[in-house]
Amino acid sequence: MSAREAVLRLTDVSRVHGSGANEVHALRSISFAAYPGELVAVMGPSGSGKSTLLTLAGGLDRPTSGMVTVEGTDLDRLSLDGRARMRRTSIGYVFQGFNLIPALTATENVALPRELDGVPARQAREDARRALAEVGIGELADRFPDDMSGGQQQRVAIARAVVGERRLILADEPTGALDTETGEEILRLLRARCDAGAAGVLVTHEARHAAWADRVVFLRDGVVIDETGADPVELLTEPAAR
Amino acid sequence: MSVKHALLALLEQQPMYGYQLRVEFEQRTGTTWPLNVGQVYTTLTRLERDGLAAARGEDAEGHVIYEITAAGRDEVASWFTTPVSRDQPPRDELAIKLALAVTVPGVDVGTVIQQQRSATMAALQDYTRLKRQAGRDVPTEPSDLAWSLVLDSLVFGAEAEIRWLDHCEARLRRAAIERPAAGTPTAAPASERSTR
Repeated sequence: MSAREAVLRLTDVSRVHGSGANEVHALRSISFAAYPGELVAVMGPSGSGKSTLLTLAGGLDRPTSGMVTVEGTDLDRLSLDGRARMRRTSIGYVFQGFNLIPALTATENVALPRELDGVPARQAREDARRALAEVGIGELADRFPDDMSGGQQQRVAIARAVVGERRLILADEPTGALDTETGEEILRLLRARCDAGAAGVLVTHEARHAAWADRVVFLRDGVVIDETGADPVELLTEPAAR
Repeated sequence: MSVKHALLALLEQQPMYGYQLRVEFEQRTGTTWPLNVGQVYTTLTRLERDGLAAARGEDAEGHVIYEITAAGRDEVASWFTTPVSRDQPPRDELAIKLALAVTVPGVDVGTVIQQQRSATMAALQDYTRLKRQAGRDVPTEPSDLAWSLVLDSLVFGAEAEIRWLDHCEARLRRAAIERPAAGTPTAAPASERSTR
């Protein structure tokens, strides 16, 4: 047994879309883990299964076979509500298109998942303001998304993904819509969050962004074909993975 | 690499002795292209022979100090204003290796590509780690800025190599679909959306 428990673990996970002649194997018996303090990049061409991996990890989709656990909880055993709660409390998701609610201010966007989770509004807003300050845009707390640049909106999205000390950050091409320098700032923030103890999974097709990760996993046709910087602990525990 | 021109450019700032030149060079370029002191002195001897630099005596510790000549200044000016020649690209071992891999029977080109991609990615991770250590602040010292630009050059180079490898892989897959008997792996169905 490893002293470190994986925050995210996919064990022998497959995902098949459609059936018969239209059957598409998006993932084929994948095993994958992300540990506390670690940023893992997943690279691969379109159709390699990298976004599918992320949606399964985030409980937005269910595997055809195999098991996905987040902090030891099997996502498939949770009810729909249970999975939604898990997404609000343990998992932070950062999308390429930011996915902010235009009618809400930065603070309200970040506070929303906390409020939905039953945290009193005042407390949720305090947490939100702190998270916004952490990502360097405390002064934009009362702005609406439309009044912000792309880089600022993505910072709000990151604040929303990390608020409430969530331990798993999933990022799907988070720098895709940003210029090089702004993209680098976003990666610094993700990196800092992982250095502070969260586990991060970054899906990207850009090598220079993947290089911010501790490990880079290469996917082709739904299979992990290689990885750099493999953690010896992971190699030791992989065969005995639960 | 033109050690000769690099040393001359440094001498244009101020007269220096051999070891000083080496230190100044490495401050600007890191240890990316290590320069041994012997190489520095050999180059200085050649610069002196060609009338581009001249020894102007020793300092208190017995180091021979070199200074740039008028001809040397002209040489530096012309170096800076002449583009690096692209007429004869430097020999690229990887391009040559792949060109042979796709033509020599029995070579698993996919594996050649992936092994290189992994190795280049590991190098890119190392460069990025150095960038992270340097922090986000704009360097104030000119030599720090010089080094960070050299680092960027390494990052761009590695990134370009990975992009080229991706491109090679995609083209080989397409070729394999068009010629299924070719023996290279066939492409998988594209199912998921990778961008929105």
